[in-house]
Amino acid sequence: MIGIVDYGMGNLLSVYNALEMVGADVQLCPEPKQLQTVERIVLPGVGAFRDCMVNLKKKGFVEALEDAVLGKSKPILGICLGMQAMARRSFEGGEYQGLGWIDADVVRLQPNDSLRVPQIGWNDIIYQLDSPLFSSLPPAPDFYFVHSYYMKCHNEINVDATCDYGGLVTVAIRKGNIFATQFHPEKSQEYGLKILENFLQWNP
Amino acid sequence: MLKRRLIPKLQMKARHIGRSERMVLVATIQFDEVVDIGDPVSQAKIYEAQAADELIFLDLDASLENRETRVDVVRKAAEEIFMPITVGGGVRTIADFRRLLSNGADKISVNTAAVKTPDLIERASDTFGAQCVVLSIDYRQAKDGEYYVWIEGGRVKTSLNPVDWAIAGERRGAGEILLTSIDRDGTRRGLDLEITRRVAENVSIPVITSGGCGAASHFVEGFLAGKADAVSAGTYFCFKDENTMQTRAQVKNAGIPIRLHR
Repeated sequence: MIGIVDYGMGNLLSVYNALEMVGADVQLCPEPKQLQTVERIVLPGVGAFRDCMVNLKKKGFVEALEDAVLGKSKPILGICLGMQAMARRSFEGGEYQGLGWIDADVVRLQPNDSLRVPQIGWNDIIYQLDSPLFSSLPPAPDFYFVHSYYMKCHNEINVDATCDYGGLVTVAIRKGNIFATQFHPEKSQEYGLKILENFLQWNP
Repeated sequence: MLKRRLIPKLQMKARHIGRSERMVLVATIQFDEVVDIGDPVSQAKIYEAQAADELIFLDLDASLENRETRVDVVRKAAEEIFMPITVGGGVRTIADFRRLLSNGADKISVNTAAVKTPDLIERASDTFGAQCVVLSIDYRQAKDGEYYVWIEGGRVKTSLNPVDWAIAGERRGAGEILLTSIDRDGTRRGLDLEITRRVAENVSIPVITSGGCGAASHFVEGFLAGKADAVSAGTYFCFKDENTMQTRAQVKNAGIPIRLHR
């Protein structure tokens, strides 16, 4: 059973549909205690960082996630804002504390040429060849992005994939049983579904 | 490198078949002369197979009471299609946004309501994030040579200039601009490169342009001369024996970064 954290931030249906498509037994988890019974967790998210953390706290998900992910080492997939939430802090519209699982700051995209912010569309990525999450993908696959902020890691070892957007941007991180993507696998057609499939089989 | 996007536009109208109501895919010429094409979800699946970059669903009857039917189309499409979906037509409130987003839409386009109540852009952007607020701007050239924004599905003229309105929309928090030239809609005589370029040069958010594509070269022009980030087309992909894969190859050959399928 894979649980999607349902905390009122964004389009859960797409993530749900995509996971079902690759054969997962999926459950929406509006209650933190549901995270005790699932084997894997997906933390999606669209919107503003501050609201994301406020909602996670308000609904009691912070402790439940820490228990499941840090305590019981359940594999977790963060998507977009769900990835950013794993950082120590974000500078989106002020300075806010995140879950602090990854030694990183969330900062605004500042492409060094005339590129637009938000980055919206398909960009190719470079991933760590030994990453089990990108297993059996071709080199430089395209994924769908929509974001104005990204996670800047202080520890290179956590970086699992990058893209070029007027400079190098971290687009996937991996640390122990934690994996997260800035792009949307659930919106990235075949390659995106492959990543979800890899996540279902991942045994960190 | 970020790729330019090709976005099929699925325009829909409600049709009564027996006692039931369903949404039908249509093509228009200058927002008029509607021709029925078929089922929007089936067509969306074809576009997915052809690896379109995104889809836009527009409900042309939005003023009428067919919202359930429209939500159904979005929900069905989202079950089978794993690419970004923008939905528009008759979106007036934050509740409309929430309803469509929770049924599978990724982005919502606003047009008439944004002109009538511009703070809807701010409120939606604050609530759901700028990335899901697409400001849709329909415009046409008047006899005096000036361009004006039209609302209510091209029936009501406003005093707004499309370039100024795009700039104002960005300032209010829109995450993307969708331009449609009513004059060129369905005519297949090429995009309005002038307005597209002026908007693209004056905003820092992505610009999707549409209205008038009839050949692959029109897409190339939209990217090069129009400086658009994405080109959307309805009639072109519906009718012609052209699909996004063929069009994509021609765009690629012109040296424009575009996603190639496999």
